[in-house]
Amino acid sequence: MNAVESLPTVEPVLRTHAVEKEYGRGEGLVRAVDSVDLEVPAGETLAVMGPSGCGKSTLLHLLGGLERPSGGAVWLAGRRIDQLSEKALARLRRRAIGFVFQAFHLLDELTALENVELPALMAGSSPRAARSRAEDLLQQVGLGDRARHLPSELSGGQRQRVAIARALSNEPLVILADEPTGNLDSAATLDVLRLLDSLRAAGQTLVIVTHDSRIAAAADRLISMRDGAFVEETRLTHGRSGPFVELAGLEG
Amino acid sequence: MGRVLLVCRLAARDLRRRPLKAGLLLLAITAATATLTLGLALRGVTHDPYQSTREATLGPDVVASVAPPPEGAKAADLAGLEALTHARGVVGHSGPYPVVWGILSGHGQRWPVRVDGRDSARAPVDQPKLTHGSWVRDGGVVLEAGFANALGITAGDRIGLNALDLGSGRSVAGSTGRSFRVVGIAVTAASVPYPEVTCLAECAGNTGLIWLTRSDLRRLDARGPSLYVAYLRLADADAAQAFVDDHMFQQRSSCLPGEPCASKSQPPSLESWQQIRAESANLVENERRALVTGAWLLAVLAVASVAVLVGGRMADQVRRVGLLKAVGGSPSLVATVLLAEYVVVALAAAAVGLGLGVLATPLLTDPSAGLLGGTGAPRLTASTVALVTFVALGVAVAATFVPAVRAARTSTVLALADSARAPRRTGWLIALSGRLPVPLLLGTRMAARRPRRVILAALSVAITVSGVVAALSARAGLTEDQLGSASTLNQLSGVGGSVVDPGRVDRLSHVLLALTITLFVLAATNAIFITWATALDARRSSALARALGATPLQVGTGVSAAQVLPAFVGALLGIPGGIALIEAADPDAVTLAPLWQMIAVLVGTVVVVAALTAIPARLSARRPVVEVLASEHA
Repeated sequence: MNAVESLPTVEPVLRTHAVEKEYGRGEGLVRAVDSVDLEVPAGETLAVMGPSGCGKSTLLHLLGGLERPSGGAVWLAGRRIDQLSEKALARLRRRAIGFVFQAFHLLDELTALENVELPALMAGSSPRAARSRAEDLLQQVGLGDRARHLPSELSGGQRQRVAIARALSNEPLVILADEPTGNLDSAATLDVLRLLDSLRAAGQTLVIVTHDSRIAAAADRLISMRDGAFVEETRLTHGRSGPFVELAGLEG
Repeated sequence: MGRVLLVCRLAARDLRRRPLKAGLLLLAITAATATLTLGLALRGVTHDPYQSTREATLGPDVVASVAPPPEGAKAADLAGLEALTHARGVVGHSGPYPVVWGILSGHGQRWPVRVDGRDSARAPVDQPKLTHGSWVRDGGVVLEAGFANALGITAGDRIGLNALDLGSGRSVAGSTGRSFRVVGIAVTAASVPYPEVTCLAECAGNTGLIWLTRSDLRRLDARGPSLYVAYLRLADADAAQAFVDDHMFQQRSSCLPGEPCASKSQPPSLESWQQIRAESANLVENERRALVTGAWLLAVLAVASVAVLVGGRMADQVRRVGLLKAVGGSPSLVATVLLAEYVVVALAAAAVGLGLGVLATPLLTDPSAGLLGGTGAPRLTASTVALVTFVALGVAVAATFVPAVRAARTSTVLALADSARAPRRTGWLIALSGRLPVPLLLGTRMAARRPRRVILAALSVAITVSGVVAALSARAGLTEDQLGSASTLNQLSGVGGSVVDPGRVDRLSHVLLALTITLFVLAATNAIFITWATALDARRSSALARALGATPLQVGTGVSAAQVLPAFVGALLGIPGGIALIEAADPDAVTLAPLWQMIAVLVGTVVVVAALTAIPARLSARRPVVEVLASEHA
């Protein structure tokens, strides 16, 4: 049974309780995430903001099972994931989570299409189905005509759109985006925001870590972090109705 | 001068910075140079003991023998033999001596022997040199030293002798065995030391050589001598082979093929001292051939090892190259610094290899008990030193040249940014791998990123498997020879067992085993280094695969698969390579390793490579995903 099938309707997609992450020991101990409680319901777009080094990326890694918390608990679709084996976590990521990184992390030797179909192939889809799904996704992100291009032949914005298409490959419960526009210029940022906007409109759960307040302002909810802890939470009522791009002031 | 000093200083500092890799480079090249030195040093090493024996025994220049005609005449015709003793160029002789075949019983066993009837007086040509006891007298037998040593018979023992009918392989009917005291053990240069055999006009396989007085020989076989042998001294010993060739040619031309000879008598069979010396060196020659072949294999393998190590080092040095170029170093200076490091290592490896080779040579040159004296310290000739040094430098330069030039031509900006070399894209392989299970998909794509590394890995395995198959075939040949000897003995004496000197045959086996182990160690080191290089190179793609849902086991298996796939191809190529190698190294070899052994090598290679690569692969697959992705940029 995969994570999608096990999702109870009332359960938030993501939940943490008193989650902590520490690095080092003794004098050199650093608490990157300090007793964070969080719930992300299905369909919500959550933005996490804060200065560099405040622990927002670490929190994202804990939510996605890329790192294990030092304390507390993390649930994904009602299933506690912080105690799962590496293998079980990998399966969970494969089925339920899509990652978008600031540095894109596309494989240089694979074309856009091959990069997008990779998660589906790893999830056991047939090559034909994986290819078909990847072509659809590239069409959705507006890169149907760039499918056979290598990452080195694409602009920064196009690369990030490929990375988003890849994150959608297995229809994940949640997309975790770490500074998705951090490496992009204004025009490319606009492209990516349009795409995220369409995902939000389609009901995709999104957790976006950013230090760009214009992008955060377009979310349903904004959490500010400092020194590993949540210091402020704002529910943005216009989130669902106001497109990212307008709120971010990047268009027009 | 300043430039040379700078190059030397930079090269020396970099070597000191990475002592382990420098040590491994040294080891890989030394394995090849030491083996090559050993092989080259074995050239002619048995000449000295044979020469000593020849001088001490008044050794003949030519051994002439004659057998009875095949039509069943009772005795051999001595006329041709006696004519030879007066031939032009012959200045002395001994014999003709009568020879019969016998069966020696001693220590509860029986062995076929060639019995030479000799005079008690000292012979002017071929007077065997006693190592123990005294020369023949009535009732006393002298055994050739190699034979006595193989059987464990010493002076003072008693042995039994029966006449042997060579046609039936049984004792002569009515012959009653006689008992003799072993009065002496002697060496001779007129015959190859046991267990090799010098065939006279008649050949009976691996027979021992013993001497009796003429009168005892007559009493042993009442039918009379089976053949006669005479030992000739020539005015010009060096012309012995020409003398033999000349007389054998004359004999052949006097008898038309397919027709009986006009003279109705068997012409004498001749053998020069040079032929006997070459036969004495047969086993050492096999060892030399194995070593020289092994040395070339090791040299090629060392190229692969060095290329792998250099490739890894170059990846580490990208930023250093950028710095050198940024402060004004020209591409040629950068290439020279990189090449200089490996040239220094190669020169050191040549020196160490030459030293080790010279030290190890005496272990392989112990002469048979049937020859006098030792080989002494093998001499290092200028040609050996030059060839070994050339090979060492060749290995270093061949493996370093491409990466050094590539590094030198790298853009300074890219080098300073320490950006990894872009991976290759092999479209068809990527498409094909989409149909494979996840570990194979990842492994195939990892392998496809660096085709040169895949070729090196396959080459390394192919060379090792070739060496192993050739060594197994050589061993199979040795075993067959031993069985062949045993069956000859069975036929002749009706007894079992082999008397091939186990010490000497074991030594050849040990040489083959040592070569195989050295090949294996180098190949294993290569496999581990290639795996590690692959794992490092693919760390971002591996981490990404894990972020996308691949398990550590799938990634680790993928890294292993990236090594196992080329290893399988290498092993497949190595089997015909090994067959070609054994045929090239020893054109007379007809025995190949059994099919099951070849299949075992193929399967074993895959299993061993999988096992060797499992640990580095597993370690690399367990690196924290976040750490890798944070440190690597697209």
